[in-house]
Amino acid sequence: MYEVIIGLEIHAELLTDSKIWCGCSTRFGADANTQVCPICLGLPGTLPVLNERALELAVKAGLALGCEINRFSKFDRKNYFYPDLPKAYQISQYDLPLCRNGAVEFEANGEIRRVRINRVHLEEEAGKSVHSGDNIMGSEYSLIDYNRGGVPLIEIVTEPDLRSPEEARLFMEKLRTILLYAGVSDCRMEEGSLRVDANISLRPFGETELRERAEVKNLNSFRALQRALEYEVRRQSAILDAGQRVEQDTRHWNDQKGVTISMRSKEDAEDYRYFPDPDLVPVVLTEEQIETWRRELPELPDQKAARFISQYGLPAYDARVLTSSKAMADFFEAAVERFGEPKTVSNWVMVEVQRLVNEAGIEFDALPIGPGDLAGLLELVKRGTISNNVGKEVLEEMFKTGKSAADIVKERGLEQISDTGELEAIVEQVIAENPGPVQDVRDGKEKAIGFLVGQVMKLTKGKANPKMVNELLRQKLTGGA
Amino acid sequence: MELYALPAHALRQMLDRGEISSVELTKSLIERIEAVDGAIGSYLAIRVEEALKEAEEADRRIREQRDVGPLTGIPVSLKDNICTEGTRTTCASRMLENFVPPYDATVVARLKAQGAPILGKLNMDEFAMGSSTETSAFKLTRNPWNLERVPGGSSGGPAAAVAAGATVMALGSDTGGSIRQPAALCGVVGMKPTYGLVSRFGLVAFASSLDQIGPMTKDVKDAALLLSAIAAHDPLDSTSIPGDRADFLAELDRGVEGLVIGLPVEMLGEGVAPEVREAVNAAVGVLEGLGARVEEVSLPHVRYALAAYAVIATAEASSNLGRFDGVRYGFRSREDADVVTMFETTRAQGFGAEVKRRIMLGTYALSAGYYDAYYLKALKVRTLIRRDFEKAFERCHLLVTPTSPTVAFRFGEKADNPVAMYQSDRLTVPANLAGIPAISVPCGVSQDGLPIGLQFMAPALAEPVLFRAAAAYEAAAGWASMRPPLEVK
Repeated sequence: MYEVIIGLEIHAELLTDSKIWCGCSTRFGADANTQVCPICLGLPGTLPVLNERALELAVKAGLALGCEINRFSKFDRKNYFYPDLPKAYQISQYDLPLCRNGAVEFEANGEIRRVRINRVHLEEEAGKSVHSGDNIMGSEYSLIDYNRGGVPLIEIVTEPDLRSPEEARLFMEKLRTILLYAGVSDCRMEEGSLRVDANISLRPFGETELRERAEVKNLNSFRALQRALEYEVRRQSAILDAGQRVEQDTRHWNDQKGVTISMRSKEDAEDYRYFPDPDLVPVVLTEEQIETWRRELPELPDQKAARFISQYGLPAYDARVLTSSKAMADFFEAAVERFGEPKTVSNWVMVEVQRLVNEAGIEFDALPIGPGDLAGLLELVKRGTISNNVGKEVLEEMFKTGKSAADIVKERGLEQISDTGELEAIVEQVIAENPGPVQDVRDGKEKAIGFLVGQVMKLTKGKANPKMVNELLRQKLTGGA
Repeated sequence: MELYALPAHALRQMLDRGEISSVELTKSLIERIEAVDGAIGSYLAIRVEEALKEAEEADRRIREQRDVGPLTGIPVSLKDNICTEGTRTTCASRMLENFVPPYDATVVARLKAQGAPILGKLNMDEFAMGSSTETSAFKLTRNPWNLERVPGGSSGGPAAAVAAGATVMALGSDTGGSIRQPAALCGVVGMKPTYGLVSRFGLVAFASSLDQIGPMTKDVKDAALLLSAIAAHDPLDSTSIPGDRADFLAELDRGVEGLVIGLPVEMLGEGVAPEVREAVNAAVGVLEGLGARVEEVSLPHVRYALAAYAVIATAEASSNLGRFDGVRYGFRSREDADVVTMFETTRAQGFGAEVKRRIMLGTYALSAGYYDAYYLKALKVRTLIRRDFEKAFERCHLLVTPTSPTVAFRFGEKADNPVAMYQSDRLTVPANLAGIPAISVPCGVSQDGLPIGLQFMAPALAEPVLFRAAAAYEAAAGWASMRPPLEVK
């Protein structure tokens, strides 16, 4: 058994309308090479001009991750040759990034874990290559779409503070939530607007020095991240068990085969010849500017969870689950505003609504039910018009059809039978037909009353008001409530 | 006098009085190019039809007295590293032999907006790397004063064209002296503005922190006119200085009385040809006679300027020229079996020897383990040089030096000795490192009949006083009317 040391490098595209150095659109999914101009194609003589909105979002990302913001920052060129990199250098930040020294807290196995953020810097995207074969050297041809080239990007680098593959995944979920809350990125891994590379090394417990690490790339989902790291733990453990040293290298995760494959060793590492970009001027931020951006940040997940606990009296667990998605937290609050009873709303949102979202495989913000719709449903349950269980069915119907709870209940005749006379007749019938359980109840066997309630519900097709049935049974059998 | 021999400000009056039209002027220049440029070789492309069309439009504006500015109807030619929409911009490199930019450089857009016909594109050292125009991939440009001599470089085409009357005025670019040195060698005026005064958008970059576009003209007044036309803040260039530009013509006639002019001792000694030194000393005498006070000053760190320049300029160039990889535009090698081979052979075949030498030098200077010793140290030297100038300018309004240590040399004389060639820039490089404006004006002729240039340097943004001193000297010394003894076929 070894101690697992993991650090992550995350890239997130910023939610700007236009690219970082020119006015081209950043919209995803356009036809190849339709969102390009001489500047983002790096044609000779063209020059970059910083998109102020990209700067703002990068700083906001840093603030949301608890970073210090450097008042003086600059851009550097990272030089390398690749067909999708039109200038043969990527404009990035080297020794003076915008943001430094942040931290993110998240929960893993009931424990609050803290990961330090080393830096957040601003840079540009390269274009996107599509190879006819497995890689560029083994392909008959490669196609390049420069639409992505020049889309603003932040790179977030963590300290090696993660201690398991699962932690890495949980951290990423939290990081994604924070970035979504801050409104800096749409964080769509499937569209590549959020990407993660992982550095992992193992060492015997008690050792303080870091050992040789592997850098794992091509992690296209949080699940892939965890699986790849689990594979690396096994691979590196076996090497260390055999008394050998792990070779420091860059590895490619093959999701189908479930293995990582070495791409290049440390010796082949490229020299990027970073130097300050002479086409750009340093970024100088004033304290007022930074404070303005800080004030503009919305409430972040941890703050919101703390408020849910104090304002609504929710358990910590509920607060954390509800705030794990801004859309869910907003939905919860809006429903509480209309209905009250925060804990009731929390239960419905966390369990029933979340289940429907999961089953449909959609994001919470694509939920076809509004908070007012849920409040309407809960009102019916509260008034006793329908039972809790029927309420769940109605919710599902609302999800499918978009109709209101009241309409569904009316159309399908789901109103509870709360008429005492009608219920009494059925209760009498059940008592008559079930002498055994009736005797049990009379003998004080509390559980048996549940069976009798169930029989009434069966006869009424679930429409009986269970609370009233319970009361009636008790009245008739034990002479009290 | 023939039209081709006249400066723009004289032609302006003739155009305004209706004595000539822009079309006539443009035609006469095209004829002049046909007559002399076979021998000189200054043009890479002549925009005959486009320029005449632009001249017609200018004539309409002049006739209707609509938006007539100082350059309306005055043809201007461009060094071929300044992008022109629809007209090939080659940087005198095989790499860009067929590159047609889909955009105008900001300076070109400004000239067109003011109604200046763009006459053509002029030869240069490949990617502006050289001091003799011999590294052009396409042709030699000859010095109009002596066809066996180089015109200087890298703006050798513009300098030769202006000297030969093959254009009215031209724009060059200056990274380490590429406007001023050929201006000196061809006996014309060449001016490098304060860094950031003129937009670099559309100038194919050599060394971004040093490059500036500037005027190359027949006299100082034309240089001030042309600079006025191109200098403006440009939102497309992050290094463009914000705000309005000074009136460069305001002080032209004020004379030098009361000005303190520094003579940097380090830039008159070793390596400067005796007849160049004598001509400069004579010019100093003229300035004193006009009422300037000339004092010796010291710029102790300029002796390291050329070394620092060699590191900074090549480092930036190595990165700037990375984009020429054969993927999107320009030359692509036929040996393109895989992408690495394509990159390598494209760059091996598309670039000439001097460009490759500088890319390799710059790549080396930026490499891991050498960065601190070379690039970082060069930046520190640059700061020291900048401070030397600041200190000197506490005492002096201007500095005066020779522009080039020698007069025009013979073809091949330095082509095989890069270090000797680099020495040509020794006296011009410091102004680029410091980002300050400088101008070269003719100050005499050598025994061989070759022009000698005098350089003035001024503090950043002090263009008005720079033009003032240069104009005063020019008027007193009379070299501006000097024209090469060209035989016309």
